[in-house]
Amino acid sequence: MSIIEVNNLTKYYGKARGIIDVSFNVDEGEIFGFIGPNGAGKSTTIRLFLSLIYPTSGEAKIFGKDCIKYGPEIRQDIGYLPSEVFYYEGMKVLDLLKYSASFYKKDCTKRLYELSDLMELDLKRRIDDLSYGNKKKVGIVQGLLHSPKLIILDEPTAGLDPLMQQNFFNLIREENQRGATVFFSSHILGEVQRLCSRVAIIKEGKIINIQNIKSLQHDNYKKIRLEADHLDEKAFSFDGISNLQRENGVLSFFYKGDINKVTKIISGMQLSDVIIEEPSLEEIFIHYYE
Amino acid sequence: MNIFFHEFKSYLKSAGIWSVAIFLIILIYFSAFNTIAVEAEDITRLMSSFPEELLIAFGMNNMNFGTLLGFFGAVFLFCQICLAIQASNYGFSMLSIEERELTADFLLPKPISRGKILTAKLLAAFLALTVTNLSVWVSSFFVINLVRDGRDYDTNALVMVLGTVVIFQLFFLAVGMVISLLMKRVRSVIPLSMALAFGMYILNIFGNMLGENTFEVISPFTQFDPNYIINNGSYNYPLAMISVSVILIAIPASYLLYQKRNVASAV
Repeated sequence: MSIIEVNNLTKYYGKARGIIDVSFNVDEGEIFGFIGPNGAGKSTTIRLFLSLIYPTSGEAKIFGKDCIKYGPEIRQDIGYLPSEVFYYEGMKVLDLLKYSASFYKKDCTKRLYELSDLMELDLKRRIDDLSYGNKKKVGIVQGLLHSPKLIILDEPTAGLDPLMQQNFFNLIREENQRGATVFFSSHILGEVQRLCSRVAIIKEGKIINIQNIKSLQHDNYKKIRLEADHLDEKAFSFDGISNLQRENGVLSFFYKGDINKVTKIISGMQLSDVIIEEPSLEEIFIHYYE
Repeated sequence: MNIFFHEFKSYLKSAGIWSVAIFLIILIYFSAFNTIAVEAEDITRLMSSFPEELLIAFGMNNMNFGTLLGFFGAVFLFCQICLAIQASNYGFSMLSIEERELTADFLLPKPISRGKILTAKLLAAFLALTVTNLSVWVSSFFVINLVRDGRDYDTNALVMVLGTVVIFQLFFLAVGMVISLLMKRVRSVIPLSMALAFGMYILNIFGNMLGENTFEVISPFTQFDPNYIINNGSYNYPLAMISVSVILIAIPASYLLYQKRNVASAV
């Protein structure tokens, strides 16, 4: 069953583009990555899911129900962590979390304390006095305390130290194993790569690719790095080679196509070192943006 | 209910400060009453030497300094200005604060409809205004009885004047709210609420100076002119209906606008 179903969703702010004709599905139990640079339309898409804004055309369904018509009902089971967290002035952390919990039908007290322990959050402090990273932690606890069926994360790791990021990723994995579906928006590809099973890439408001993370890396490109005293780069001037770079005695490039064709050429060379590897998502991503 | 309590708590301090301020205004003005009342004739003569326009500007043109209620009429005008600023402040900031301080991203993703959010917020703001309203009632009766020194006054007329406060407050609350929703972004509340409150006040002054019913009829300062009510022992019903109609239009319009509003984001 699709937890999120987006059909031709379009949003213009006046004449300014938000997103154009975005369609995709997120299946139950998935950790779905949503990547793109700043301003590509990631937050717009998420804000449409939460009916913070209304679409120009198209529709989004969550749990099979229209986002706008059944908004309050579906939001009972959505946990949302905004990219920038802001809270009411003068409130203590515990007061805010209790206020947040008071919106949900179930009793969230136990989970509230569990999560705060896990994120090492000091409940007695005033939110105004917290650092950016600590505010973010409040946001995480606030977004997860009602054990939501769908977790929507908008660039969640900014401001968290690496150790806390690790905690956070473990937490998200646990929630996912519990059965929660996760929609993970980010511009940091490494973390999407670590966590997600599928990924949609958004560019200038349009989805340009939706793929399995593994196939995104496997099917396409190999990253090849050769080291030798005398390298003739002309040997690699054929179709499928891209990003050819030469630096001192090192030649590196991406290759897409029949791998035997390249290995044959390489086997005839006198090399001191060779590396053939999967390009990182980052490198693939840059390729999409060219 | 949770939103209502949360909101009301956030108004308590402000409502308290306005209440105390209004009490002090009434108390300080009335502390001069006995001195003025004794020499009322002299003062009235002195006043008549001032230009009429100046007296109108301070609501002192139709004033009878010698009586408790005559004096109260002028003092009440200052209370009205305070009430107008307070109610406009609440109206302008009630919903816009969530966007300005970006707490909308916290509140709106919660499982609650915008209609219910608006109802809770509106009731909380109204209750906070009612706290101040109550203070106006209590302060007025308390201070007048404190200084009356055996003089009599028409309790009915006083109750009638004080009875206008609730509509007066609702007018500024509702108008502030609907304007804030018509704007794309409210960057700062104070200039707007000052403009609305003093704008209406000045409209009233000009109306009185020109002496004809034109634009000033939309001003609650004109509609609920305390001197008119005291002198006539009755409301100016046709004018008062204007305020009531504005409130009855502005509130449903706010619901419609808020339901359809695209909430601005941090970036």
